[in-house]
Amino acid sequence: MALRRRSIKDTRGESALFRVRALVGFVLILMGLSALVARYVYLQVQRHDEFALRSENNRVKPRAIPPARGLIFDRNGVLLADNVPAFRLEVVPEQVSDLKAMLSAIRDVVPLDDDDIDAFKKQLRQNRRFDSVPLKLHLTEDEIARFAINRWRFPGLDVVPYLTRRYPYGPLFAHVVGYVGRIDADDLNRLDADRYKGTSHVGRSGLERSYEDMLHGEPGYELVEVNADGRTQRVLETHPPKPGKNLYLSIDARVQKAATDAFAGRPGSAVAIDPRNGQVMAMVSVPSFDPNLFVNGISRADYTTYTTDTDKPLLNRAMKSAYPPGSTVKPFLALGGLEYGIRRPEDTVLSTGEFCIPGQQRCYRDDTRGGDGTVNMVRAIQKSTNTYFYKLALDMGIDRLASWMGSLGFGKKTGIDLLGEAEGILPSREWKATRSKYGWFPGETIIAGIGQGYWNVTALQLAHATATFAGHGTPYAPRLVMATATVKERPMPLPNPPSGPSLIHKPSDWSVVNQGMEAVITGGTGKGIFTGFPYVVAGKSGTAERFSRRSNDYDNNKNTAYLATRHRAWFIAYTPTEAPRIAVAAMLEAGAWGAQDAGPIVRKVMEAWIATQGGAVPARNAPETVPTTVPNAPEEPEDAPVATPADMPAALPSDSSSAPPPDDGGNP
Amino acid sequence: MIDVLQLRMQRFLRRVITRPRIDLPLAFGLLVLATCGLMTLYSASGGSMSMIVSQASRFVMGGMLLLLISRIPPSVLRSWTPWLYAGSVALLLVVAALGQVRSGSKRWLDLGVLSFQPSELLKLTVPMMVAWYLHPRQLPPSWKDIIVVGILIAIPAGLIAEQPDLGTALLVSAAGAFALFLSGMAWWKIGSLLAAVGGMIPVAWHFLHEYQRNRVRTLLDPESDPLGNGWHIIQSQIAVGSGGSFGKGWQHGTQSRLDFLPEHTTDFIFAVFSEEFGLVGVIALMVLYAFIIGRCLWIAMEARDTYSRLLAGAIGMSFFVYVFVNGGMVAGMLPVVGVPMPLVSYGGTSAVSLLTGFGVLMAIHANRKMHD
Repeated sequence: MALRRRSIKDTRGESALFRVRALVGFVLILMGLSALVARYVYLQVQRHDEFALRSENNRVKPRAIPPARGLIFDRNGVLLADNVPAFRLEVVPEQVSDLKAMLSAIRDVVPLDDDDIDAFKKQLRQNRRFDSVPLKLHLTEDEIARFAINRWRFPGLDVVPYLTRRYPYGPLFAHVVGYVGRIDADDLNRLDADRYKGTSHVGRSGLERSYEDMLHGEPGYELVEVNADGRTQRVLETHPPKPGKNLYLSIDARVQKAATDAFAGRPGSAVAIDPRNGQVMAMVSVPSFDPNLFVNGISRADYTTYTTDTDKPLLNRAMKSAYPPGSTVKPFLALGGLEYGIRRPEDTVLSTGEFCIPGQQRCYRDDTRGGDGTVNMVRAIQKSTNTYFYKLALDMGIDRLASWMGSLGFGKKTGIDLLGEAEGILPSREWKATRSKYGWFPGETIIAGIGQGYWNVTALQLAHATATFAGHGTPYAPRLVMATATVKERPMPLPNPPSGPSLIHKPSDWSVVNQGMEAVITGGTGKGIFTGFPYVVAGKSGTAERFSRRSNDYDNNKNTAYLATRHRAWFIAYTPTEAPRIAVAAMLEAGAWGAQDAGPIVRKVMEAWIATQGGAVPARNAPETVPTTVPNAPEEPEDAPVATPADMPAALPSDSSSAPPPDDGGNP
Repeated sequence: MIDVLQLRMQRFLRRVITRPRIDLPLAFGLLVLATCGLMTLYSASGGSMSMIVSQASRFVMGGMLLLLISRIPPSVLRSWTPWLYAGSVALLLVVAALGQVRSGSKRWLDLGVLSFQPSELLKLTVPMMVAWYLHPRQLPPSWKDIIVVGILIAIPAGLIAEQPDLGTALLVSAAGAFALFLSGMAWWKIGSLLAAVGGMIPVAWHFLHEYQRNRVRTLLDPESDPLGNGWHIIQSQIAVGSGGSFGKGWQHGTQSRLDFLPEHTTDFIFAVFSEEFGLVGVIALMVLYAFIIGRCLWIAMEARDTYSRLLAGAIGMSFFVYVFVNGGMVAGMLPVVGVPMPLVSYGGTSAVSLLTGFGVLMAIHANRKMHD
């Protein structure tokens, strides 16, 4: 069929037909192109003047409107980070004919330092010529007035209002909330340029940094008509920005204040956590700094003062520096002994003042000369008997020790909602293998049993472990932000489910260790610290040595000031023991003894917390039995009659109306 | 076996490089055009070397494809045609099933290393298929042939319009229609077909997306909605109009480089060109385009057989559609549809597919009739 068709095909005629069609087509195309050109003639010649005028005189530009940054509140709605209006000097590079001349001329009107010029030049390179670039932030009234008079000399420059950050509590929350800083060249590479158009600040540290995404919001824009000088003539259209979300911390500002004051300026840190949900109730690092200085660029002199201070105020000790935990690890180790079935509560060890590894020369001391005699687990915790824990650690072996303590969160990040947490050191074969070519020695296991040797923990890790234990083994990642709120809406709680199943398999194990820790307060190393305290407290002190003993000085010199240079004082505690609601870890960098020096800090934190609860619950229910009877409780505190905590306000977070104004757990 | 193939391939590549059988006037026209495109892009992108480099590398890639394809005899191309057509339509179906959605339309196929629009392939395979179908038939085509060709065009065009990508659908159907036109379809048949299409417009209106309808509405009266849909049209016209007869000079355009004109490196780059080079530049560029199209049609007339003739002519004439639709859109004559200014607009797929089409033309030129 096809063959026949082809044979009939008139190729010559077809070719001629094509020729005609191609020519006709080309003529049509030329006509089409001519029509197009005619349209361009109409636009570019006929209407040129009109369009040239519109182009020259009235240029419409979109201008970004930065979103208002989310505010930060404490759990009761006390403002911790606020936005306040300020003025800055901005430059539209396109409208400045000679940047260099302008920069030198403007210095006579508004003083600029080298940092301003550096930041300006960096941002200038990143921006397009018609986007404005901030030259100086936070102008004083004097500077604004002087610029206003000279404004005619500086086309393309203008004073623009913006929102800057203010931290009303200054140093109190500096390590938690952090601060914002001016966006610099490095930030520009990291940030989404579209989202940060028109924004001059970005979260630099603390929650301001870790919650940057939520706090920032979404920019809007407006279309403005500008004249040849780039000055705005009128706004044609506005697309409002979406402000960032507000954050509500679980910290109560009053507890935070009390915790800071308890240090009286001595370097150290304290962290309080609610064992029931991981909410951080206080987190302090002393000394602190004023975050307000950083917002609009800290002066060189102020910065030098901070960086050269030997107490390192810029360091967040609570989570960024790790120290040997000393005896505070003992209750956790004891729990591990029970959980692994290595120890029964009634098993005893004879403490003679010295413990030697069987078959070796090396010996390790007890704190008490002559030892504590025969001790069982409760008594070993109460007296902090080293020999008991040397032996326990040796029986457990370093691998099981590391695995158990690791499950409590030592040696790794707790997962708190802040960046830059230190991991500390959990002594283990694996850790040592990364540092040393020698294998693991049994002696290292022994000192690991009392929190010495390679051990390093942060106050946050210790508070987290204490809270995990106090919560009967259910681990929660610590959380500073309890709820977030879109502007004009009710705060939505941020869920924080347990990070794993309970670590404690037998409830009786918990009770034994708890009993030991209660005994620490009633008749052990922490005796007397909680005299008169309305709740039953369980705790443990720790006194870690910073240096190894090389002379006999240590044995002879009992001077407190001398010991303080050698020791770090720790205290951990939780209360009420029937149903723990607060767990605290405090560390004093230069404290002589854990209980004497760090213990009172913990007590002050707990007292402030009780005050925010509207007083102790037994105090309300049966005022005549409290404060005298509880501190004189017998040696076996679990028998002490204590009011049940069932009706505590914190247990009913939703029922905020019935509770006194500072409501624990409820949304502000 | 493989050795033989390798050897053949090597010999083929060597021939491509040492003795390219290309039409020098056409190649020269394309080179000038590409240079103009890069210059305009440099200005429109605000001096972005990275964009220039990436566009230039696509030109190089397209140029290499052009050289390769120019070595394939049209008879071989013809024998591949049904497969190429079926394959590209199948790809369209794949896109419809699991393509990537970008800015509201489903056009992209992600191949891991690169993503491309299969609809670009149809710009070439549709005229090929039409030419293949008409090649053995008695010309001018009968009504039956016209209907078959209509179906061959409508299937891919419909799939592409559905993505939705009206610009490409238009280019694909135009390419097929030009082949039909060049085959000598009787004038009265063309007239009645156009009348039928005209009658279909109200029906088509019904099937358009709302945003597409708005584009047409604003075209009729852009000033009625200066901040909404009329925005691009007005700003683009201000850019063109303020250029005047001689333009503001290269890199001195102000209007079109501002933020309000989106796509000022792609679909609206001609506004930048018109602003900076003025009417003189526009006319010069139009002359260049006319020269290229004319050269294509000349190659078509010299072609050896019906298939080559129709294909070459259709490719050349569809080039005009690009220029006319894009130029008309920038000047506010036509609605805003995504058709680039060929070899000037920034964008890889279109540059590569255009140069591939010219590769076919070069191949046809290489196998032209020898005048004795």
